[in-house]
Amino acid sequence: MPIDLYRIDDRLIHGQVIVGWGQPMDLGFVVLVDDEVADSEWERELYRMGVPPEVGLYFASVDDAVAHLEEWRADARHGILVTGDVDTMRRLTERAPAIREVDVGGIHYRTGRTERLRYLFLSADEEQALRAMEARGVAIIVRDVPSARPLKLGELSGAAKTA
Amino acid sequence: MSDNPSSPTPAGPQAIVLAHGDVAHAMVAAVELITGRGDRFSPLSNQNLGAAEIDALLRERVDALGAKVIFTDLPAGSCNFAACRLLKDRPGLIVVTGVNLPALLQYATRGTSSDADAVAEAVARGGSALRILTGRPSAN
Repeated sequence: MPIDLYRIDDRLIHGQVIVGWGQPMDLGFVVLVDDEVADSEWERELYRMGVPPEVGLYFASVDDAVAHLEEWRADARHGILVTGDVDTMRRLTERAPAIREVDVGGIHYRTGRTERLRYLFLSADEEQALRAMEARGVAIIVRDVPSARPLKLGELSGAAKTA
Repeated sequence: MSDNPSSPTPAGPQAIVLAHGDVAHAMVAAVELITGRGDRFSPLSNQNLGAAEIDALLRERVDALGAKVIFTDLPAGSCNFAACRLLKDRPGLIVVTGVNLPALLQYATRGTSSDADAVAEAVARGGSALRILTGRPSAN
């Protein structure tokens, strides 16, 4: 069973990931790809503390994720891989062509970002990086929870407004 | 929030309730309705905030109130991760996750017990309040 969901979410692991996506898919493990978290014992312990014990949790830098991706994709359990920002996913997909679809699940307001959806704010650089991934053949889907209608990146442009 | 003269003086600073959507505000409003001690809590929402912004909001509120106790709703939620992140540099801070209304009601009526005792009582009350009730078996 390949990893079911490759997700960009600036909350990393949280309710939508563990409950919203995880429960319907019988989530078996989460891969958190974040160089900073991977390098911090405190942050790793923090996430271990909150995630249900039956859900496996792997922490990885981008380099680690590239090295272990095939192993995770061969896992019999259902999995979610999450990055906290567009750039981390961009770097990962550049080196891991097996990733064919990325879900943009939540990027919240910050100075320099423009509102595209209630849960999606993008800077020009982030939008460009997503479009570059799309140009390389990675499908970019925008959806916060499984019950929401999946949107393509192109569908957002017309709705853009300044936050 | 009303000031009920028959209730004991609030022990210590307000506790923070940090939860998804309107949950914290609604629960604190319910505590106020039921006990008149909604003033023992300061509600916060993570709505429309990324992890870094939730961290910053919570840190600011904890420092402003001198809060010693934080209640969060979901163990694997962004609210709880933000609260637990504060444990690193705030010795004595207590985080309780999986909060429900019975737990908050217990804490609101804590009297003069210590934070640790009041939290333990709230957790016991909140946990025991969650139960399955069914109708009477058929008389057939």
